Amino acid sequence: MGELKKVDFEYSQLNSERMRLNVGPQHPSTHGVLRLEVELDGEIVTEVVPHIGYLHRCFEKHCENMTYPQVIPYVDRMDYICSMNNELPYVMGVEKMLGIEVPEKVEYIRVIFSELNRIANHQIAIATFGLDAGAFTPFLYLFRDREFILTIFEKASGGRLLYNYFWVGGLAHDVHPTFKEDIRWIVKRVKETNKEIADLLLYNKIFIERTANVGILPADVAINYGCSGPVARGSGLPFDLRKDAPYSIYDRFDFNVVTGRGEVGTVGDCWDRNIVRFHEIEESCRIIEQALEQMPDEGDVREKLPKKIRPPQGEIYSKAENPKGELGFYIVSNGKDKPERVKGRGTSFVNLSVLPEISKGYLFADLIMILGSIDIVLGEVDR
Amino acid sequence: MGLLNKLDDPYYGGGIILGTLEDVLNWGRSKSDWYLQFGLACCAIEFMAVNASHFDFMRFGCIPRTSPRQADFMIVSGTVTMKMAERIKTLYEQMAEPRYVISMGSCANCGGPYWEHGYHVLKGVDRVIPVDVYVPGCPPRPEALEEGMIKLQKMINEQAIFNKRKRLREAEEKEKSVSDVVLSQN
Amino acid sequence: MIEQEIYNKLKEHFGDAIVELKEAPPSDPFIQVNPERLQDICLYLRDEGDMLFDYLSNLSGMDLAENLGVVYHLYSMKYKHTIVLKVTVSKENPNVPSVERIWRTADWHEREAYDLFGVIFEGHHNLIRILNPYDWEGYPLRKDYKTPEEYHGIKVPY
Repeated sequence: MGELKKVDFEYSQLNSERMRLNVGPQHPSTHGVLRLEVELDGEIVTEVVPHIGYLHRCFEKHCENMTYPQVIPYVDRMDYICSMNNELPYVMGVEKMLGIEVPEKVEYIRVIFSELNRIANHQIAIATFGLDAGAFTPFLYLFRDREFILTIFEKASGGRLLYNYFWVGGLAHDVHPTFKEDIRWIVKRVKETNKEIADLLLYNKIFIERTANVGILPADVAINYGCSGPVARGSGLPFDLRKDAPYSIYDRFDFNVVTGRGEVGTVGDCWDRNIVRFHEIEESCRIIEQALEQMPDEGDVREKLPKKIRPPQGEIYSKAENPKGELGFYIVSNGKDKPERVKGRGTSFVNLSVLPEISKGYLFADLIMILGSIDIVLGEVDR
Repeated sequence: MGLLNKLDDPYYGGGIILGTLEDVLNWGRSKSDWYLQFGLACCAIEFMAVNASHFDFMRFGCIPRTSPRQADFMIVSGTVTMKMAERIKTLYEQMAEPRYVISMGSCANCGGPYWEHGYHVLKGVDRVIPVDVYVPGCPPRPEALEEGMIKLQKMINEQAIFNKRKRLREAEEKEKSVSDVVLSQN
Repeated sequence: MIEQEIYNKLKEHFGDAIVELKEAPPSDPFIQVNPERLQDICLYLRDEGDMLFDYLSNLSGMDLAENLGVVYHLYSMKYKHTIVLKVTVSKENPNVPSVERIWRTADWHEREAYDLFGVIFEGHHNLIRILNPYDWEGYPLRKDYKTPEEYHGIKVPY
């Protein structure tokens, strides 16, 4: 054993080879069947190529072969976490083409159920985001509450997940007798759980360390990429269709548009996108409380319609604020009872396209957090 | 063992249970099934609900595994598309024997609402992999999936481990003789 | 700004490239545009001071029997107004200039329109299939599309 020979070397001589890693389509934290082709330099992400289409269920082809009311169940299955919100822009579009107004009571019930479903969606979003970060307890807490919300949906519509409840010209049937008490109870319950979640997850030191200053999305990039919903609002952009292009009866309620402020990091990071969802739950509770106050007790829940719905020739782009952002349906009618074309502008489809842009230069573990913070649903990405 | 001592012990004094080795092995296998954790579509959300607080899938002894090599069975939860079908097949082939498949929801059973115009939808996952238990519904309620799990446990409990070929042959012969009788009666 | 003002302004700037404005309530009014100067028109709509259509809501392909169409739904974050642009191309020569450089959100939308309708977007940096598998044949949302009998040895029809 001689002396150790001193080797002269410089770091620049070390060649680090780029590695291509395949994440998905079967992977616990891709939120479904998304495949990401990631190029890594050591542990640092240099390129992300999303491959989608593993859940392409031919939604648009089905629309062309179904009558207008028959499309509603397929619309449900686009963004299956918040089906009520999906139905709303579609039925609004068809009603606008037909030129009918729905009864006052129906509007209120639609708003209440949309907002309840928004709460359920944000609860899943925060729960699975926590799960990605390794926090299992908030998942159990939030799913416990979500079950109660689903029970109310089940009482009203008969379905736990996919409802087919908003029909063209009204609702499938009237709500159950204990509707108001049930919802008051659940709103109280959601508010209590929200406090727990703030302590357990969102203001947890470990969680902040993992999500603050990660995946920063500047506002101008968000606009150029067409981002909407909490992804855009997390970047400080007050873009909310409920305020900007009021539809249904949203102009009657007093609520705030929550935007990210960079409370623990930079504006537009993963933590901001989640705190927006968190505060939106509270805003939704406010809307529901006001709607319950104003809602008339008596009234029909369905407008009289001919047996076959035939909107006049024309086209319409009907949009509404889905929990994930702007959901739009471009409906073209040719005067027959089946649509000529229905294009669904999937919110997650557009929001996901920003992923390669904002995940460059972060660690691989951060990529999972960024993907979780965008809150995608593959049913809507692939349709 | 404090609680157990207080119970009425039917095997008092001996602690002996008589049974075949096969029964004991099958009992062990059926009560600790680990599943492959992956979701496909809408049913995956109900599947998540089954895992969460209200329905508590773990009381069946089911623990999620993220690698197919450690999993005993897989739950095909949702629509299988043409693009995904080959991946599902690969996942199934990566699992170690004995392996089981629960097909959850109408889409995985037969194509569901996409059976007619779905040019990109696989009409039933049984076209690419063998299925043991079908759970109907769109999406099935969590209770329905639990029922499917109980069905699978029953199936595992009745499975042959020893003298497999002989017993299979016997069963086949029995079935054949029965069908012969039925045919002769007709 | 209402559609008529936008149309007048565009007509002033681009002349013949702007074909017509169609209004027939309750349908959304739209402006038919010549595909040749689409990129210039879109850039103008995005950057002109009193329009600022900085947000592309939706881009959809259309099968119009003999022709193919592409529809653009634009929105302005600042002024909160909307406009719809339409271009039409023949099925034999379905070339439309890409607006991917103007609104990055058009990247995936255009790939989708190519995948489902076969519209070819000139100047797109990566025009490949997005929803269907990369080796899929045909354009499924065209009206004359026939579902294939099998794909990779798996039977497709029920």
